[in-house]
Amino acid sequence: MSDVTSSSAADLSSALQSGELSSVEVTRAYLDRIAADDDTIGAYLHVDAEAALASAESIDAARAKGAELGPLAGVPLALKDVVVTEGVRTTSGSKILDGWRPPYDATLAARLKAAGTVLLGKTNMDEFAMGSSTENSAYKVTRNPWDTDRVPGGSSGGSSAAVAAGLAPWAIGTDTGGSIRQPAALTGLVGHKPTYGSVSRYGLIAFSSSLDQAGPMTRTVLDAALLHEAVAGHDPLDSTSIDSPVPVLAESARRGAEGDLAGLRVGVVTELGGDGHTDGYDPGVLERAAEAVALLEGMGAEVRQISCPAFDLALPAYYLIAPSEASSNLARFDGVRYGLRAGDDGSRDLDEVMALTREQGFGPEVKRRIILGTYALSSGYYDAYYGQAQKVRTLITRDFTTAWDDVDVLVSPTSPTVAWPIGSRVDDPIAMYAADLCTLPASLAGVPAISVPCGLSEGLPVGFQIMAPALADDRCYRVAAALEAAQDAARGHALLAGIAPKENAPS
Amino acid sequence: MSDTLVDLDEVLTRYEPVIGLETHVELGTASKMFCGCSTTFGAEPNTQTCPVCLGLPGALPVVNEAAIESTIRIGLALGCRIASWSRFARKNYFYPDIPKGFQTSQYDEPLCTAGHLDIELDGETYRVEIERVHIEEDTGKNLHVGGATGRIHGADHSLVDYNRAGIPLVEIVTRPIPGTGAKAPEVARAYVTELREILLALGVSEVRMEQGNLRSDVNTSLAPIGSLDWGTRTETKNVNSLRSVERSVRFEMRRQAAVLDAGERVVQETRHFHEDSGSTSSGRSKEEATDYRYFPEPDLVPIAPDEEWVEALRAALPELPAARRVRLREEWGLSDTEMAWIVNAGALALVSDTVAAGASPGDARKWWLGELARRANDSGVELTDLAVTPKQVAELAALVAAGTVNDQLARQALDGVLAGEGDPAAVVESRGLAVMGDSDELVAAVEAAIEGNPDVADKVRGGKVQAIGALVGAVMKTTRGKADAATVKRMLEERLVSN
Repeated sequence: MSDVTSSSAADLSSALQSGELSSVEVTRAYLDRIAADDDTIGAYLHVDAEAALASAESIDAARAKGAELGPLAGVPLALKDVVVTEGVRTTSGSKILDGWRPPYDATLAARLKAAGTVLLGKTNMDEFAMGSSTENSAYKVTRNPWDTDRVPGGSSGGSSAAVAAGLAPWAIGTDTGGSIRQPAALTGLVGHKPTYGSVSRYGLIAFSSSLDQAGPMTRTVLDAALLHEAVAGHDPLDSTSIDSPVPVLAESARRGAEGDLAGLRVGVVTELGGDGHTDGYDPGVLERAAEAVALLEGMGAEVRQISCPAFDLALPAYYLIAPSEASSNLARFDGVRYGLRAGDDGSRDLDEVMALTREQGFGPEVKRRIILGTYALSSGYYDAYYGQAQKVRTLITRDFTTAWDDVDVLVSPTSPTVAWPIGSRVDDPIAMYAADLCTLPASLAGVPAISVPCGLSEGLPVGFQIMAPALADDRCYRVAAALEAAQDAARGHALLAGIAPKENAPS
Repeated sequence: MSDTLVDLDEVLTRYEPVIGLETHVELGTASKMFCGCSTTFGAEPNTQTCPVCLGLPGALPVVNEAAIESTIRIGLALGCRIASWSRFARKNYFYPDIPKGFQTSQYDEPLCTAGHLDIELDGETYRVEIERVHIEEDTGKNLHVGGATGRIHGADHSLVDYNRAGIPLVEIVTRPIPGTGAKAPEVARAYVTELREILLALGVSEVRMEQGNLRSDVNTSLAPIGSLDWGTRTETKNVNSLRSVERSVRFEMRRQAAVLDAGERVVQETRHFHEDSGSTSSGRSKEEATDYRYFPEPDLVPIAPDEEWVEALRAALPELPAARRVRLREEWGLSDTEMAWIVNAGALALVSDTVAAGASPGDARKWWLGELARRANDSGVELTDLAVTPKQVAELAALVAAGTVNDQLARQALDGVLAGEGDPAAVVESRGLAVMGDSDELVAAVEAAIEGNPDVADKVRGGKVQAIGALVGAVMKTTRGKADAATVKRMLEERLVSN
């Protein structure tokens, strides 16, 4: 097999099962790469090499004894630092959780542990997942492996950079308004946001409860399906978890890769980069997306334009609903029970200590959203802001429902632009928010959406988004796999194989 | 800070009170509202906690179905409409005892609405309209260390116990209750009493007020008689005994009257009740209170109680206190007034259990409303807190009825029971309290009395039969009350009065 640190997780899994590689070898290879390159990339917040090697050893030992192991056993993995991990530092990218060692595992972390995966470390992210570039991390800057002067997307930018740079074979991200799909797009990865409720939120540090979903960020569509299957399924600890069987995803990906999309009805969303809606989109992004649509058509798909007028309102609606929920979800960070406590020197009363803790513990973007959300929920403004945004959300859901009468999937670019230079948008929150334009509708409607690479523009990856009805995640995988296979065949190699980071010292 | 007070009688010459109550009841479910932690009272601080009820990052709530069932049963017992679709909401505010920075409660979509509870007081019936019954979670408990008041101001530091955080709490809210006039304090008390009886009958809570299982926020306002508008109300928080409910209304009526008399306005605020003085003092002012920013709880799905389930719960409701009272009154052959005494003394269950243990209704009533009420009052406790069971009271009554002891000896036997010496028969045995029969000892005592009081004996012999009382007394004294007075009198007559 090819180099361990550029393999797909599925290939690693096969090599581990056949005995070609041991988990320790694979894990060490990744730890070596992290040691060599992560100073430049900045993908990880915490890496525990010893713990990783110890769990790799125990998997190898179990395998040597002939224990029945699942297909993911021994495969290393990175988790976005929003995922609570027992005994392992978890900060959600925020100073306010500095030093916190959780006493419990998120359901998805527990499932991955039980599946025998090896945790390499926790990846950087925008503080509390609020951002589209990972520049809002309270800890460090993460660089795009395609061009280290550029952002890796966000908020799961540590995960996207780690996987693209070969510092992890795959990773878990979370997506509230696009935080899996957009960084995947900007780094040439596959990223899938599952149907809301299909992956447990128990143990994900909440940003916006009605939107948050965890999902895979991987090098291939098949890997995404495998990782998704490993974490999906009903969880009695999450009341919004859907009680339905784990969908068959890997099989859909394999079938999709055969390239037959005959009869598939594809809707190209006008409002997401179509005629009259191209403001803010890179021409290169629109060209790659159009080529992807043409490829789908070439594989037998019937393509038509679909108008979803309410999608134009997704951005303002999202930036009311998500901050509203966040303002409440982040209220627990008061310095009383865990994490940072500031100013408790006997000279200040309770309110002052709580206020100072939040003042010092939260970064500017988090504060901005808490203020926005607090305002939107205030008595007298609730109906005009939060209430109105919920109505828009209903309209967006209705646009999807109407579209499903005519098409099986909806497609669009994942991000209006390719990765932008670090620092170029930090002073313009509105420009930053616009990065989520294409990903927000699926988030607000709770439907599944995948981003799959569709080529390069200006030497940087472009992502193509495929959205499907709720619980039809398998369609996303089928179509994405078909597109991936067709492109790889045309290109002669996977997109990521073309990664050639420009040498650049961190500034 | 002392308040000027107006005499209650005088208050009522000028003002009409309106009261309202918000009562919080901790349900007796085995586990908490949104997690599996135990709800047992009195455990070591913070031993009954988990990521969910500590509000750790990432933890999520799951609704306790037993708590929903209890809430619906309470709603049904209060004649409420049960919502077919109900949601939780977040009530956002910062305080260390709410670990998530919000309380998961219900706001505009409660489980139960529009019920009522009829209160009987001195032969009058007062209908209390119930606005809503909803379910929420309790907070943790703050302990402020140092400082004089036990409140946060002036404390050196504070400790928080989260064992109570997340215990299911039902809130029962009345509509404003007008038209109670001078009876306002008693109506408030009677309402909470009746509510408590219902909760006990339903078995949804232990309703131990001293443990904080049931706490009422008592709203009181005064309006000038004849005024079309209601006055500004105050809310006395966390009043946790029946007596305090009554006292807090009375105090607020007297205080507010003085404020209004002085031409000032009553400040809408929360107030604290002080058991020792029976007074209230200002808490935080509502006018500067937090905006709770309620919004639907996104971590929970709506509750949609199935109509069939609700009807099954309705059909399975136990006999409720009002119906039970009517039945028992008829069975016991009591008048309304006699029954009311029992109820007002909080002795219905005790009397009924005593009857069930074999006592006659008359004896059971006499014991609980007489001797036992006196004992409870003397030691400042509730009847239910006395260390005597209805079964033991029935046994005492049986001993009296059988002539084993007389009333006075029975009281001595009760002393022994209360002192933990065992059941009445055992105490009678161990303390040697049985009435003396026509025994040698009694004969000796009778003859000694005659010999020791020759003057009195002569008077009796001479026909002044009333004087025999002094001799009876002397015998009772030497026998330390163990003799039966009638027997003694007969024995004396046999010896002194010639027929």
